[in-house]
Amino acid sequence: MQSYFIRAPNVVSVTIQRREVIAGIVSAAAAGLAGCVALGGDSDRPAISGETLTLTTTTSTYDTGLLEELNAPFEERYGVTVATVSQGTGAAIESGRSGDSDVVMVHARSQEDAFIEEGYAINRRDLMFNDFIIIGDSDDPAEISGTADAVEAFTQIADSESTFVSRGDNSGTHTQELEIWDETGLEDVNFGEWYQEAGQGMGDVITQTGQSQGYTLSDRGTYLSMSNETDLEIHVEGPVEGGSELLANPYGIFAINPAVHENVNYDLAMAYIGFITSLEGEKIIEEYTVEGEQLFFPEAIAAEPNFRQYVPEQWDGSNNG
Amino acid sequence: MPLELHTLVAGFPFEWNYIRSIIEVSLYVSLTAVVLSTLVSVPVALFVGFKEFRGKTLCTSIINTGMGFPSVVVGLLVLFTVSNDGPLGSWDLVFTPEAMIISQFVLAAPVITGVSLAAVSSVEQNVRDAAYAMGGTRFDVALVTIKEARYGIATAVLAGFGRAISEVGSVLIVGGNIAGSDGTSVTRTLTTAIQLEARQGRFETAMILGAILVVLVLFINAIVVRLGNGGGRYG
Repeated sequence: MQSYFIRAPNVVSVTIQRREVIAGIVSAAAAGLAGCVALGGDSDRPAISGETLTLTTTTSTYDTGLLEELNAPFEERYGVTVATVSQGTGAAIESGRSGDSDVVMVHARSQEDAFIEEGYAINRRDLMFNDFIIIGDSDDPAEISGTADAVEAFTQIADSESTFVSRGDNSGTHTQELEIWDETGLEDVNFGEWYQEAGQGMGDVITQTGQSQGYTLSDRGTYLSMSNETDLEIHVEGPVEGGSELLANPYGIFAINPAVHENVNYDLAMAYIGFITSLEGEKIIEEYTVEGEQLFFPEAIAAEPNFRQYVPEQWDGSNNG
Repeated sequence: MPLELHTLVAGFPFEWNYIRSIIEVSLYVSLTAVVLSTLVSVPVALFVGFKEFRGKTLCTSIINTGMGFPSVVVGLLVLFTVSNDGPLGSWDLVFTPEAMIISQFVLAAPVITGVSLAAVSSVEQNVRDAAYAMGGTRFDVALVTIKEARYGIATAVLAGFGRAISEVGSVLIVGGNIAGSDGTSVTRTLTTAIQLEARQGRFETAMILGAILVVLVLFINAIVVRLGNGGGRYG
């Protein structure tokens, strides 16, 4: 309380000061009830100033450090705070479902589409993409190095029963991995002890894969940001390096429907979506590098209309998924 | 090894704000939770310890079971409670330090109650009888018992604090492990930070945080033991 008053910046005369204090007490009481802390008295700030946006997202966007770069200028421009909770795609969407987050940034189109169809998610935008890669021990016991086709590489790993560490956490990467296994046509009985479900974030899984000298599917971003800490090598490239299209990894962002959860901060969520899909936001994404390599490729800005980004991919009956 | 130490020291100033804010959040959450649990637990322990009533054994075993309650389960239950869909949804507590205080309160309270109960029960009946005989009220008897059992109660508070500050499961779920874009912790504690740093492969930072956690627990232990001695001298 005390420090809040001292911080009030535009106090000129005693009258104004008193008015500010009264306004401050009222708004502080309101803020206390609402459970948030800093409400600014500045009238020249946008109305959303001082509020907190809760973003639930995946471990891959968080662990690469990209979000810090994106959030800092957004927070500065609007005078708000972004509380980023990195959970993995499945949990991030569940937080949105219970109204605990205002905006969700994930990478599993099938899960996003289901969420839109259930009415929880609105105003989805394509945000950016990178790709998945199949990484593994440099010995490469399954001899998948240089294989162009991800499905073939997975089949070889299964045939040679080489250790494969799965995220096993319902994340976007895990969803993608399961889709590739589906394509191989292998049955459950083919998955023996060599197939390990970690139930952990990408970083943990990369570390674990290194320890057990196995293979795993990783997004390129997390792998690059950890390349100093791991000896694993890229064996199968994704589309960013001209590899298998099946390994594309698109990120989407959407707001939680205020008609379903009226407590969500919809204005701020849309401001955030607006900012990171703006030219400025996309430039930050474009220019973000780790170890000299670009991690994410912006996808929101295009002159050609892309209606499919707002609705479930299959929505109009078209069958080109 | 000397090289490693050098990089640790060199890297330190850049992360000082990060580490300091994490320590602050950890202490704020755990100390508040332990103070609140103590205020509730010690009276409960006194009541259960003194009073003979039906279901006393059951009550004691519930408390003892609570001492080993898994923190992730507590986290999950607290999340359901404070989530916007839950009964306390309108309080907007999810992903805040206050939600973490609730879950650590739930974790620490049975430990403090259970250990205090053991301490209080071991105060000999004749001490209490003597206090009565000297014309003490119920309150006086309770005070005498607390004084007699102070080492046990101090141990209980320490055990509760140890449980609170070292648990990672519940605070991760209800707090969300949030740090601002400038690296200032909002709901990131030492334990959840260690988990995150290890996930990202930054084992040095994780080790530093781990060392700080251990030193912090030692420090708080020392203070409480000291207080216990002081009370003994003048009591």
